[in-house]
Amino acid sequence: MTTLNIEPNMKNFDAFYEALIETHRDLSPEQSHQVNAKLVLLLANHIGDLEVLKDAMQRALK
Amino acid sequence: MMDYQARRFEYSRRTEQKSTEPTSTPVVIVGAGPVGMTLALDLAQQGVRVVLLDDDDKLSAGSRAICFAKRTLEVFDRLGVGDTMVAKGVSWNVGKVFAKDDHVYTFNLLAEEGHRRPAFINLQQYYVEGFLCDVVLQQPNIDVRWKHKVIAVDNRPDSAILTVESPDGNHTLVADYVIACDGSRSPVRKALGLESKGQTFRDRFLIADVKMTAPFPTERWFWFDPPFHPNQSVLLHKQPDNVWRIDFQLGWDADPEEEKKPERVRPRVQALLGADAEFDFEWISVYTFACMRMEKFRHGRVLFAGDSAHLVSPFGARGANSGIQDVDNLAWKLALVLRGDAPDRLLDTYASEREFAADENILNSTRSTDFITPKSEVSKLFRDAVLALAKDHPFARRIVNSGRLSLPATLHDSPLNTPDTDEFLGAMVPGAPASDAPVFANSEQLWFLSLLGSDFVVVRISQTASLSFELSPPAGEGGVRGIVEASDNATLTANGPLTLTLSRKGRGDRTVTPSIEWIQRYDARPGTTYLFRPDQHVCARWRQYDEAAIKNAIARATCND
Repeated sequence: MTTLNIEPNMKNFDAFYEALIETHRDLSPEQSHQVNAKLVLLLANHIGDLEVLKDAMQRALK
Repeated sequence: MMDYQARRFEYSRRTEQKSTEPTSTPVVIVGAGPVGMTLALDLAQQGVRVVLLDDDDKLSAGSRAICFAKRTLEVFDRLGVGDTMVAKGVSWNVGKVFAKDDHVYTFNLLAEEGHRRPAFINLQQYYVEGFLCDVVLQQPNIDVRWKHKVIAVDNRPDSAILTVESPDGNHTLVADYVIACDGSRSPVRKALGLESKGQTFRDRFLIADVKMTAPFPTERWFWFDPPFHPNQSVLLHKQPDNVWRIDFQLGWDADPEEEKKPERVRPRVQALLGADAEFDFEWISVYTFACMRMEKFRHGRVLFAGDSAHLVSPFGARGANSGIQDVDNLAWKLALVLRGDAPDRLLDTYASEREFAADENILNSTRSTDFITPKSEVSKLFRDAVLALAKDHPFARRIVNSGRLSLPATLHDSPLNTPDTDEFLGAMVPGAPASDAPVFANSEQLWFLSLLGSDFVVVRISQTASLSFELSPPAGEGGVRGIVEASDNATLTANGPLTLTLSRKGRGDRTVTPSIEWIQRYDARPGTTYLFRPDQHVCARWRQYDEAAIKNAIARATCND
């Protein structure tokens, strides 16, 4: 069974983080909210494993 | 120890000031700060006569830059001042990050063994300048002129003519090259009508350097939103002489004059240390910062280095450190050009290589700044989410950015590199600053970088499993002289089956054994050959020793191709 990977899994975190913040540049809080929701849905589909996604949801609630 | 901040240097009148005929000098360096003095020392040790001008008669007031990175220490080692700096400095590798009152993680900046120098030393800028100055004043090739201020620059095709103001009035100085190491407000840059452009951050920070006996370990501690200074960040860092740097984020609306007052700073420090903590103020300063650079670091006969050329936010210790790397890059090129061993266009590569490095430094320091001081609601939301996840989720710790601490740029696309034609693993790609590692002579441990010096060096692993070093000749001839055959006395030791022969013109051979770290870092095996530049960057590498290839690579690295 696949489990949620919480170890570093990206080569360049700084570049990712910059791109993420840049995506939100000049958006209103409502627009950012929308963008974040779409991002979660897109990434969830990419992951495609409900158990993994549920684990992530539980961790995000903490 | 001398009180370097109180030291004053005497103005004295020079020949040029008395004569009506201006005299010509190969190099004038403007600004006797850490960058200008390092350059002067490097050039002087390579036999170049230098005039070093400073508009003042004293060294840095206040501790200012305090973090000197491993690469800077390696440059200081090459110039013979590394031990003095490290002996006085506070060595550190470990940083801790706190979010609110929670310790979220600890990082080690130098996780691997086998390096002579630590990731950083903390040392007040006035000590760094003082130690450099002690050596500069002893150097016969350096003529330091205090209270000499450049007020005009005539940048001609074949020389630069400086108008210099001194207590005896104005005089003229003619130079083949002028290197402006005169800081972020660079009078030379202004005199030429040039600009440094970029992003100014709307935030203010308070530096409180306090003297106290404290039980904190020698680590960099960084707090996001601590209870003792809510909604802002705080940094705590140790310096020599029981001085601690405390850096409080204040926000844009803070009044810099008010915030500087000791009665105002004291409660902030007490909030961190406890109400009964005893301390004295060493230095207080409120600052804003910007990330900017000049479009070109070379303008004809005038080259810019350090803060005059580029400015970064302080997170990541990339200001003074990148300035030292600038002049590390420039000195050997300037020496070759002045000796006639390389064409003037070699100096264009100083500009292109260091412009590339400046962009990397600005990118890293901007990213840190954006994490530490989020610019929007959503940016703060993500920042706080990262911090919340960091304690239990290793990946999130990698995103936490309290300053990506200064690493030297790998000059990937430099025109001076000879691109790989053979397969190699690891970080020692053409353009990379050479990694240190132990080597052994009998039972004595030496450091690889200390064997390199300030010339082109070929390192070769021979078929007989030994490694030889050769010092190349001046680049004008574009060849390699005095090649010494690799010795046959390969020995099997705990550190590996290879031996390394160091050969220096006029100094005889030296055979050492590379450590396993050296072999791994350089992905070495018999036949492997590396060519290093005088600034100890990898220039080229091959799996086979080929004299013609080495000649071509040196020619390319000196624009003699």
